[in-house]
Amino acid sequence: MVKHYRRLWRLIGLTMLAAALAMLFGCTPNDPQSTFDAHGPVAQSQLNLFWVILIAGAVVFFAVQGAIIYLIIKFRRRDESIPKQTEGNHALEFAWTAGPTVLLILVAIPTIFTIFDNEVSPDKNALTVEVIGHQWWFEFRYPHPDDPTKEVIFANDLHIPTDEVVNVVLESVDVIHSFWVPKIAGKVDMVPRNANTMWIKADRPGFYYGQCAEFCGVQHANMRFRVIAQPRAEFNAWLRAQAEPAIESQDPLVAQGRKVFTSPDAGCSGCHATGSVTNKGVAGRVGPNLTHVATRTNFAGGVLDNRDENGLVNDAIVQRNLRMWIEDPESVKPGNIMARDIAAPYVDPDRALTEAELSALVAYLSSLK
Amino acid sequence: MAHATAAIHGEHEPTTTGLNHRKLLMWAFLGSDCMFFGTLIATYLVYKNKSVEGSMPIDVFDIPVTSVSTFVLLMSSMSMVLAYSWLTRGNLKAFRIWLASTAIMGTTFLAFQVFEFRDFAVHGHLTPKTNLFGSTFFTLTGFHGAHVTLGVVWLLSILFHSFRKGGVTPEKNLDVDLAALYWHFVDIVWIVIFTVVYLFGVFEGFPGAPVATGH
Amino acid sequence: MTTIPLAIPRPVHPTGIWSWVTTIDHKRIGVLYGVTAFIMFFSGGIEAMLIRVQLMRPEQTLITPEIFNQLFTMHATTMIFLGVMPLSAAFFNFVVPLQIGARDVAFPRLNAFSYWTFLAGALILKLSWFTHAAPNGGWFGYSPLTGITYNLGHGIDVWILSLQVLGVASLAASFNFIVTIVNMRAPGMGLMRMPLFTWMTLVTAILLVLAFPVITVALIELYFDRAFGMNFFNVAAGANAVLWQHLFWVFGHPEVYILILPAMGIVSEILPVFSRKPLFGYATVVLAGVIIAFMGWMVWSHHMFTVGLGPVANSVFTVTTMMIAVPTGIKVFNWMGTMWGGSISLKTPMLFAIAFVSMFVIGGISGVMHAVAASDAQQQDTYFIVAHIHYVLFGGAIFAILAGVYYWFPKLTGRMYDEKMGLWHFWLMFIGQNVTFFPMHFTGLNGMPRRIYAYYSGMGWDFWNLVSTLGAFILAAGFVIFIYNMARSWRNGEQASADPWDGRTLEWSIPSPPPEYNFVEIPHVQDRDDWWEEKQRRRERREVPVVAGGSEQEDAHDIHLPQPSYWPFFVSLGLFIAGFGLVYLMNMDAAGVRTLNYVALITTVIGVCIGIVSVYAWSFEPVNDPEPGGEHAAHH
Repeated sequence: MVKHYRRLWRLIGLTMLAAALAMLFGCTPNDPQSTFDAHGPVAQSQLNLFWVILIAGAVVFFAVQGAIIYLIIKFRRRDESIPKQTEGNHALEFAWTAGPTVLLILVAIPTIFTIFDNEVSPDKNALTVEVIGHQWWFEFRYPHPDDPTKEVIFANDLHIPTDEVVNVVLESVDVIHSFWVPKIAGKVDMVPRNANTMWIKADRPGFYYGQCAEFCGVQHANMRFRVIAQPRAEFNAWLRAQAEPAIESQDPLVAQGRKVFTSPDAGCSGCHATGSVTNKGVAGRVGPNLTHVATRTNFAGGVLDNRDENGLVNDAIVQRNLRMWIEDPESVKPGNIMARDIAAPYVDPDRALTEAELSALVAYLSSLK
Repeated sequence: MAHATAAIHGEHEPTTTGLNHRKLLMWAFLGSDCMFFGTLIATYLVYKNKSVEGSMPIDVFDIPVTSVSTFVLLMSSMSMVLAYSWLTRGNLKAFRIWLASTAIMGTTFLAFQVFEFRDFAVHGHLTPKTNLFGSTFFTLTGFHGAHVTLGVVWLLSILFHSFRKGGVTPEKNLDVDLAALYWHFVDIVWIVIFTVVYLFGVFEGFPGAPVATGH
Repeated sequence: MTTIPLAIPRPVHPTGIWSWVTTIDHKRIGVLYGVTAFIMFFSGGIEAMLIRVQLMRPEQTLITPEIFNQLFTMHATTMIFLGVMPLSAAFFNFVVPLQIGARDVAFPRLNAFSYWTFLAGALILKLSWFTHAAPNGGWFGYSPLTGITYNLGHGIDVWILSLQVLGVASLAASFNFIVTIVNMRAPGMGLMRMPLFTWMTLVTAILLVLAFPVITVALIELYFDRAFGMNFFNVAAGANAVLWQHLFWVFGHPEVYILILPAMGIVSEILPVFSRKPLFGYATVVLAGVIIAFMGWMVWSHHMFTVGLGPVANSVFTVTTMMIAVPTGIKVFNWMGTMWGGSISLKTPMLFAIAFVSMFVIGGISGVMHAVAASDAQQQDTYFIVAHIHYVLFGGAIFAILAGVYYWFPKLTGRMYDEKMGLWHFWLMFIGQNVTFFPMHFTGLNGMPRRIYAYYSGMGWDFWNLVSTLGAFILAAGFVIFIYNMARSWRNGEQASADPWDGRTLEWSIPSPPPEYNFVEIPHVQDRDDWWEEKQRRRERREVPVVAGGSEQEDAHDIHLPQPSYWPFFVSLGLFIAGFGLVYLMNMDAAGVRTLNYVALITTVIGVCIGIVSVYAWSFEPVNDPEPGGEHAAHH
């Protein structure tokens, strides 16, 4: 009998060890979208809550799984005798009704506090950024640094000042999307005509990965964005630069590219604006605003990364990526609306870009800083 | 031990609860149908006053006219009760008269509805495509109308069947009983629709009082 | 009968394909359900394997994004509506009448109609792979993505119509089982003597009857929007995109319990038998099931924690969702109480049943994690949820269903399955389940969203995705063994006795396989676990333990059984044709112009006519032809 129990305990111990090892091995905070590496109070509160419930769950897990193994071994059929026909036990049943109830109440209390904390912005007057979902990219609108009636439009990269509350208004122009930056805050959905609000805060400067988390069509997988948290002064400088038009280059190739961009044949400017400032509340054009496109860390909703090994936007990579994208957007991001439904050079084979036009367009766009 | 030698699916077979199978089935179906209309009405209420353009309830509803058709439908329930009652008392002739009058009143109600739908479309500029009110209103009342239509067909089938010898007898009153149950249910649903959609839609002081529209 | 319209004679096919088409025997319909559902289940499995192969490594391009979206939509829709639900229905059909001592269900023809209609809905859905119109909006079909503006073509229409037809099938079956269980129990079988599986069937049927109309209406509204340009989910007309989600989950959450309660019922049958003890706390387990079903209506918004319902709503649904864990926990503890002090025999059904409890607990724990709305914001729509639902529905429902298949296999076929292969199957499934789905907890918490067709290397998801895919192959291997075992044992398995497991409920008191009329004499029930008690009484009286059924010949020719019928099949055929027509009724081009498809219209009308004529013929066809000397089904 003693030997029997030893085997039992060894089995239970091994199972638990395996589970614990898997836990350690599986939760890797260094990954770009890991929820185990909170860089802001919202993500931190969610992580804290996760640990609370995980520990409670682990207790239940080990107790129940251990008990099941114990039962299987202890009460394994050894002879054909009929065991005592127990019908039930009220005291026991009451205990395992009351036990979990108490445990759940203990979990529910911090949960409800956190729900309210995370939904109610601690600073209503803080910087408010509008985030607008499109199939399949993110548009960001900032209040103009000087003129409160105007907004500054940007895409793909969400710049925020560090260590400050930022209020986020979430909208969508088409289907439902969801705004999610795992290291800064859990997701909130972007519902058309039904704006949601949330608040975020990054504790320290950094580069954070975000992604749409609500299935939104063909390219849901490539609807991504980055959050760039920078010190307030740096952020102010960035925003001011965004509010200005791009520096005009005198390069003849660039001038030619500008001509292609605005030509009715290519029709780029029908969907893409090259002025970043607009009146508040006025809808942007269909495609991303390209005013400072060459300063973005990524194109096509995160498919093309413009950064070099130092994490900085690299002109050569920008040019290469722009060429790749403009040449054949369908193969870069299959199903994207520009290539499939709208843009003349891709929809109409007669109006496809020539090599010269392509080079000029790349030169022009990569001059937009 | 009971020898179950009788056919297990007779009209008067013993059941665990004493309730007939078909009657129980009908109750289960009506429970389900409650959820069906409940969801339609819920959709209507969620979208009440949410239309951004087009006609609103106050623009199209003609309460006196709909009150008349509502009254007719209510009376048809009473006539259904009488039909069933005459059947159980063995008076087939009276049964047929009241059954026919129920079907006629049901048809009258449907005629009102067709007239109303047409009037809304032509004079009220309201179709299912117009706005949220149009979509929710026509879908809700349309499905109710479909239920009434089915009921009328059912009643007429029984009526024709009753002219065949032994088709409808006082002993086999369950066939009529089930149709009556269904008929009363459809009637009750209409009372809810009339109150929630028509009355609440027009009279002030009711929940979600009407919003005047400029169009 | 002279008044039968359409003078088609009553079908009298004892064997062959027409005997299956016209059968109204609940056992044969159970087999039809089971076999069809397993075929559908395996097709859903193939879809899952394709998904897993695509995600095996980062940046793969084996499958286009369009096909990938169709795959996961079809996988989930298949598994839920064509896999787990009809597999449960197979058990309802085969087991429930036997457990309550009845000769058939209350409405045998309606039962046949349920099956054929299920098949019609299943075909409408699955044939879309061949017409290149597989739905791609996810099984939840969120508006406005499923609206015509964002989803041209007929994929969503296929999805709508197949779910509508399947809904008709489910509703018909549920009405039938409610009436059967309430009305056709053997004398003496009070509600609190009903076997647990029968109880859970009743609860499930009631849930279905109340939940399905909600999705029916939602689908009608979506169809009207798409086909006729109505505005239910047209955001531009002021519609609320979230209304769809409310309607869907008001149905969808009870649906979750529709999937799991029958599984709980199966496990509650198997654990006592293989522990040789009665179910611990029978009344509590029944009550817990009823409470779960009731509370299932109050938790739907926990699928919508990130939609922006506000902190108050999220807090309320957090609390209700946590509360539902309590009755679920009670069931788990009572199952363990059943095993405590028992004499546990680890045959394949028992292993699956115990594994169900174990896996379901994991799914339950992650379920409570999702109930915590604040931290759920990090888990919603990630692979963590995928892990959760597969622990509940695969490690849960499917394990229980497999347990049930092994458990009732001897009763159904009169033969034993191969125990050794059964054990192989079990261990491959158990290992495969955990290797496939446990890593999804990690990928989810490391930020991998669901429903993405590819991911980049460097996100930290490569390794665990590879592991998951390996696990999927282990599962596939397990199912190959399962199919082989079932097919072989059905034909050549060892003869099974009437009561191979020393069972406790009435189905084990009759021969294996059961005769067409099930019970020669309708038993008088004196106890919960009546057959077990009966055996104990006989043992005490030192009587020879008789295998029930008595002498088979006795009075068998006096049993009138309902007769086969063509009409259920033809009504379903009408529904199938009409459904197909409605899918293609309206076309919309890229410019937004709608045109009526006349071929589809005519098809619809033909389908409706077939349906109406068949319903009419059905309603005038008596259950039994009254002439003396008519078909007595007991004649073989």
